Amino acid sequence: MDEAPAIRLRSLTKSFGTVTAVDALDLDIRQGEFFSMLGPSGSGKTTVLRLIAGFEQPTSGTIELFGEDVTSRAPFDRDVNTVFQDYALFPHMNVLDNVAYGLRVRGMGRAERRERAREALASVRLEEFAERKPTQLSGGQRQRVALARATVVEPKALLLDEPLGALDLKLRQGMQVELKEMQRALGITFIFVTHDQEEALTLSDRIAVFNEGRIEQLGTPQEIYEHPVSPFVADFVGTSNLFDADEAKRMLKADGPRSLRPEKITLADAGKGLPGTVSEVIYLGTSTRILVDLDAGYRLNVLEQNVAGAATHDRRGSKVVASWSPADVVELHP
Amino acid sequence: MRLGRAARATLGVITGIVLAIIYLPLGIVLVNSFSTSQALVWPPPGFTLEWWARAFTNQGALDAVGTSVLVALLATSIALVLGTLVSLALQRYRFFGRDAVSLLVILPIALPGIVTGIALNNAFRTVLDLRLGLLTIVVAHATFCIVTVFNNVIARLRRMGGSLEEASADLGAGLWTTFRLVTFPQLRSALLAGGLLAFALSFDEIIVTTFTAGSGVKTLPIWILENLFRPNQAPVVNVIAVVLVLLSIIPIWVAQRVAGAEAVAR
Repeated sequence: MDEAPAIRLRSLTKSFGTVTAVDALDLDIRQGEFFSMLGPSGSGKTTVLRLIAGFEQPTSGTIELFGEDVTSRAPFDRDVNTVFQDYALFPHMNVLDNVAYGLRVRGMGRAERRERAREALASVRLEEFAERKPTQLSGGQRQRVALARATVVEPKALLLDEPLGALDLKLRQGMQVELKEMQRALGITFIFVTHDQEEALTLSDRIAVFNEGRIEQLGTPQEIYEHPVSPFVADFVGTSNLFDADEAKRMLKADGPRSLRPEKITLADAGKGLPGTVSEVIYLGTSTRILVDLDAGYRLNVLEQNVAGAATHDRRGSKVVASWSPADVVELHP
Repeated sequence: MRLGRAARATLGVITGIVLAIIYLPLGIVLVNSFSTSQALVWPPPGFTLEWWARAFTNQGALDAVGTSVLVALLATSIALVLGTLVSLALQRYRFFGRDAVSLLVILPIALPGIVTGIALNNAFRTVLDLRLGLLTIVVAHATFCIVTVFNNVIARLRRMGGSLEEASADLGAGLWTTFRLVTFPQLRSALLAGGLLAFALSFDEIIVTTFTAGSGVKTLPIWILENLFRPNQAPVVNVIAVVLVLLSIIPIWVAQRVAGAEAVAR
């Protein structure tokens, strides 16, 4: 591949006093990719975003945008734009002036920039709100204004810092679809910071899972979910039954820690497998979560789809046998 | 919370007494400005407009008002520029000695005026070899006027956070453009509030002024103090006082309107 990556980070390190927020990070993000940085708060993902945007200066290491070293450049001198977590709309300007701001400071004439801003507002279906102040909009509308403001200046990459965090569930799901469509239409790189693993799995071409300033795993959503490399990833992305080295040896006859997804497990009344007792049944709508206390001394988390003909009676206390395909047991590297 | 009848009545009476203590003396000044007595006796033996006519032709009083307005305007201007700059530095940047600077900026408002006065008087005359006059008063007033601007601006900066400025830089604006288009509009009402307070502080300051004015320049408070006990001038002083009361309603009214408009916008 001759094409330079949209973003290339090399040995990127950022310390705040004695705390190392980002620790010798190497990362290539491809052009046109929807890339998510996923991790718990304090894992360094937002700091990486701020380093790329230029709001923070790295302690050491380099940042390249499209093959160009921008490590020491100011934010206004970088071809990336940010959608902030709190939207950061200018409260003293109306929606249209907010969207036109980037064009204005680039010296574009009033008529032209207003025209372009109106088009950008139309693309997020907010043209009739052009004259409103940001305070007169709902959270979802502000979010879309922030998107229009950041994309109207045609950045080569868009940085999104937990942009959906403040929205309620329904709105968030709607915006996820909208973001994905927008990324396809613009064809630019999206770098999306989130602590919501479901969101990351839904939206991304690739995901980097962050933990303590380092990337724990990098891969497609499927790779991350189906083949987590460490207990941290297996636990943070989705739900897992984690077996430490001792438990794995005892129950799975395996050497070293293992992970097993709840939906890969089949429960039967009798047959081959590990016996246990159902201790809890939690109805989730499309599926049911069943906790099984194995006789070997392990609480197993099982997820059953509520397909036609699924058991509906209360199974608490009943004896079951849990089985799974050996291929679904994932080897972890602690 | 609902209040009982007795509680309401008691609180009403207390409020009335407090307001009376504040405003009755001002009312007496108003009445005395029309009194025929030159010795401010109570009750006034008769009423006249003579003092009002004299006040507006009294060159000493008019000059003093002019001097005070000029001093307050200059000191406020200096305070607005320096107070804004120091607030930005302390709120938006981390540097060695930041906390010390913060303390040193606020200190002058707490220092007794007489200390500031003596210190500046000494420094101006002996060390800097300056002639006391308008310039020295302005500099002296600016030392404490900065504090009111600083306090208002830094509170506003703290509340608005840094993300608006980051958003502006992100969209391609340099430092100055960001200040002009984003930071300054956010600070406008804080600057107005701090500036009005600075103007008021400077306008009625007398202790520091006494030590830094020299003999040639008279601000209004100094003129009033000098003329209050002269039999011919006392009623004129009353007139000036009434005019000042009326004038001071304006900035308070403006400040309240600005605060009200902001509350509505939020």
